[in-house]
Amino acid sequence: MTPPATPPPVLSVEELSVRFRMPAGRYVEAVTGATFALAPGESLALVGESGCGKSVLASALLGLLPGNAETAGSARLADGLDLLAADERTLARTVRGRRVGLVPQSPAAHLTPVRTIRSQLEETVRELTGTRPPALRAAAEAAAERAAFPASHLDRHPHELSGGLAQRAATALALVGDAPLLLADEPTTGLDRDLVLRTVDELRAHTRADGRALLMITHDLAAAERIADTVAVMYAGRIVEITPAAAFFGSPGPRHPYARGLLDALPERAFAPVPGAPPELGALPPGCAFAARCAAADQLCRTRRPALTGGVACHHA
Amino acid sequence: MLELKDITAGYDRRAPVVRGAHLTLRPGESLGLLGPSGCGKSTLARVVALLHRPERGTVTLDGHAVTGFSHRAPRSLRTAVGVVFQQPRLAADPRLRLRDLVAEPLRATGRRTEAAARVGELAERVGLGADLLSRRPHEVSDGQLQRACLARALALRPRWLVCDEMTAMLDASTTAALVAVVEDYRDRTGAGLLAVGHDPVLLGRWCGRTTHWNEIVKD
Ligand code: SF4
Repeated sequence: MTPPATPPPVLSVEELSVRFRMPAGRYVEAVTGATFALAPGESLALVGESGCGKSVLASALLGLLPGNAETAGSARLADGLDLLAADERTLARTVRGRRVGLVPQSPAAHLTPVRTIRSQLEETVRELTGTRPPALRAAAEAAAERAAFPASHLDRHPHELSGGLAQRAATALALVGDAPLLLADEPTTGLDRDLVLRTVDELRAHTRADGRALLMITHDLAAAERIADTVAVMYAGRIVEITPAAAFFGSPGPRHPYARGLLDALPERAFAPVPGAPPELGALPPGCAFAARCAAADQLCRTRRPALTGGVACHHA
Repeated sequence: MLELKDITAGYDRRAPVVRGAHLTLRPGESLGLLGPSGCGKSTLARVVALLHRPERGTVTLDGHAVTGFSHRAPRSLRTAVGVVFQQPRLAADPRLRLRDLVAEPLRATGRRTEAAARVGELAERVGLGADLLSRRPHEVSDGQLQRACLARALALRPRWLVCDEMTAMLDASTTAALVAVVEDYRDRTGAGLLAVGHDPVLLGRWCGRTTHWNEIVKD
């Protein structure tokens, strides 16, 4: 008997690198060698400090990098399309909104201020599904309902909504195209704690129930803990640890010294910062990028860059 | 002492977001003010920082009743309060190099000659590498820019600090680092602190006392 076939990953990222060409022939290595895969139903939280490269990675997946960016590696969807190799026409027509749904950082800024939520939903439904009036009205209402956006508020403008409802409106828009991959870029920034929990719970439910995959980029470890099956920690452009969330937040805890430090910095833990500052992405040291801040650093660390093996990139983990 | 009595303030006279707020801070005390987003706590923070004129009520700072706000605030009082906001990108002139951003309050108060030495010292305190000082805001991360904004707030050695969601955009380590900078400053100078935010765990760990928005406003 043949074993049941495991479904292919929704997204499979291999050795993804992004660098920016700067004046005077310099390069900024924003992302280097990122490798991970997302199974149907899986939520992965990509965490790290601002400037570590996590937002650049998200932009690369959506084909939204600036002109001076050079990419390497691949990021394939289940149907084989490589997001890094696709041209703008393909990305605009078949990827953004359709195969990859974006839950934006600031729904207030993402929603068009002068139009009602209904009109924005109708436009998106029409564009992505081809539904025309008279069916359009019901289709837009159904789309709102999926994200638990109340029908009573459909005729309001974004500024008339609470932060939570604005977030739901943005989520409703992201779900319209029935994209197998959801990409959420700091979806909880500036939201109150209760709302953070509700927002991530809802995103998780949309991911689980429909066999989607969710990639959430965040600096908020509490949000990551709540939502993620898998946590990936980024430091100086590299994934330095990728591990099941339960092991990361619970026992045995993170294995990479930076990841440990980041978790320990939480106010519910030691509330102590990781000493020092990250290196410049334009002037990375030859060995481990964390060596200058790491208590366990030795000669090997300073000269040889640790590869990501067994989920962690550290010579002494 | 810092005292707010019956403060009503907002941007729309018919619907002020702050109604009848009361607040007292003793010198050296740290108070965390918790509230949901949109409740008016940021407006109140701007009143405390003397940046926003309330429609009603009085602000008393170290025994002086404040009569002028924003550019009408007397210099001696304005310099007594340092403020850091949630979004460093909205709080920093994009044309200024970080060095000049940090030096802004020193220049504005005629302390140009002091500026160079003082900026170096401040940058070190907030953990801003010397090489970053010649950059402009778009060339640094949010965390680095927020460090510069904190350095700017400390430049005139204020007796009071107002931190309005200072760390809401920042990762855990940068958050802990900036809070440590504030606390170190307060240890050395005895400055008082009003930290406004929405995270009870953070403010509970940071501040000597926390209060909820509902407890300081009428009804
Ligand atoms: S490789 Fe060395 S310097 Fe880098 S994290 Fe591991 S122990 Fe620290």
